[in-house]
Amino acid sequence: MKCPRPIIEIARRIGEVRVGALVELLADDPAAGPDLAAWCRMRGQTLIASDPPRFVVRRES
Amino acid sequence: MPAQVSAGTFFGVHPNLGRRSNHRCGVAFLAVRPAPIQHLLNAGKRYLRRVPDPVSEGFLDSSSGEPLLPAARQAWIDAQLAGWGDPVRLHRPGRLAAQALDQAREVVAAALGARPDEVIFTASAAHSNQAAIAGLALGRHRIGRRIVTTAIDHSSILTAAAAAGSHTAVEVDHEGHLDLGRWAGAVATEGTAAACIQVANHEVGTLQPYTEAAEICLRAEVPLVLDATTALGRIDFGDVSGWSVLTGWAGAFGGPASVGILVIKKGARWRAPYPTDDYQDGRWPGVPDVPAIHAAAVALDCWLQSGHAVGERQHDLIHRLRTGIVQRVPDVDVAGDPVRRVPHLLTFSVLYVDGETLTLELDKAGFAVASGSACSASSEHPSHVLAAMGALTHGNVRIGLTCTTTAAEIDRFLDVLPPIVAEIRATVGTS
Repeated sequence: MKCPRPIIEIARRIGEVRVGALVELLADDPAAGPDLAAWCRMRGQTLIASDPPRFVVRRES
Repeated sequence: MPAQVSAGTFFGVHPNLGRRSNHRCGVAFLAVRPAPIQHLLNAGKRYLRRVPDPVSEGFLDSSSGEPLLPAARQAWIDAQLAGWGDPVRLHRPGRLAAQALDQAREVVAAALGARPDEVIFTASAAHSNQAAIAGLALGRHRIGRRIVTTAIDHSSILTAAAAAGSHTAVEVDHEGHLDLGRWAGAVATEGTAAACIQVANHEVGTLQPYTEAAEICLRAEVPLVLDATTALGRIDFGDVSGWSVLTGWAGAFGGPASVGILVIKKGARWRAPYPTDDYQDGRWPGVPDVPAIHAAAVALDCWLQSGHAVGERQHDLIHRLRTGIVQRVPDVDVAGDPVRRVPHLLTFSVLYVDGETLTLELDKAGFAVASGSACSASSEHPSHVLAAMGALTHGNVRIGLTCTTTAAEIDRFLDVLPPIVAEIRATVGTS
């Protein structure tokens, strides 16, 4: 998946889990790390783990 | 422009100079700018004020290079007629070329508070940066081989630092400012050969605390490379005295892209990291391209002579653009310091939009912009500047105003951007 596809996917799917739940994202795009961190900042979510290609986000809102 | 250019008077060869045994001429002569060159500079001042021509309208990519100023283009052509000789030769064409080279050094030196004999002309910003870092690393190899930079320096600095053997990249904050505490710690670490800082960042425009960083280097007795590429001619920083080597590029201020600037202070522990010859005092090899160098000096002088008028106008236009984009386009991440920055740059990223599509759509709408997104740049990786600042890297647009960009162009950009973004977002289902 190339940028910004991983970010679009997590934006679509995060609403499927309850607030406080974790979402795991697998992405080999080199932009996924910085962009996921920036997306969490812009959207008020929390990046729990950033270990490419594996990322974990906690839904906060 | 002068109707006729005579090879004998174009560079104002002083009648009393006669035969010169050295290719450098006296400072007293250099202090007087010959009338024809002053004429070209006046033409440049007019250019900086006039309305844009149709070719450059919508060109908002001066971060990749300011279009060649008409005064520089004319100076380049004129110098092809009179300044084409080999500047180390004693014949007349050689003397004329040496004269032009000396005048160019004088212009650059005056802008930087340096001495003319400290000024060297290379082939690009990358060449200047590599020579600066590698030369200090070589000159101080007994001290150590660590090079300290910021995380958002130009890639040519970062690769040169890595090639030196040991590289420490000091972190920056969300707006791109260097952390001075970490800088002091890194610079003072034993084995540091040199440090490097930008006056202003080439992508986001943020000004670094370069005066404070230079003082820290002075105290630690570590030579500093000051990368002035983005700032040269655009802001005053001539009062900074703490640097050992300074780098710049004529393409950034409307001169020829083939001219890099390298200033090495007397006494700096710099050694040429490559084989050299008789040219430029053994600091950069090969016959200099004197007509291009002359054009570069004319371009720089155009900015210096225009004062702050262009910069103030550009600062206001970027502010108008910044506030307009945030108001009209939802979910935009604008990067960089909104106030303490060079006047002409703005970088922003549009959430859920890919940079390649956005760049191409803006081009169709008549606007040329750069992008630091991975999918639109010349590399598979996103901009290291944006990543280090924690800015969004996809959907990135880098705006660089030219000296003729108008408020009408900015307003038209603000009109075309929102529907383009909305359409791209609609196609990926995130609108």
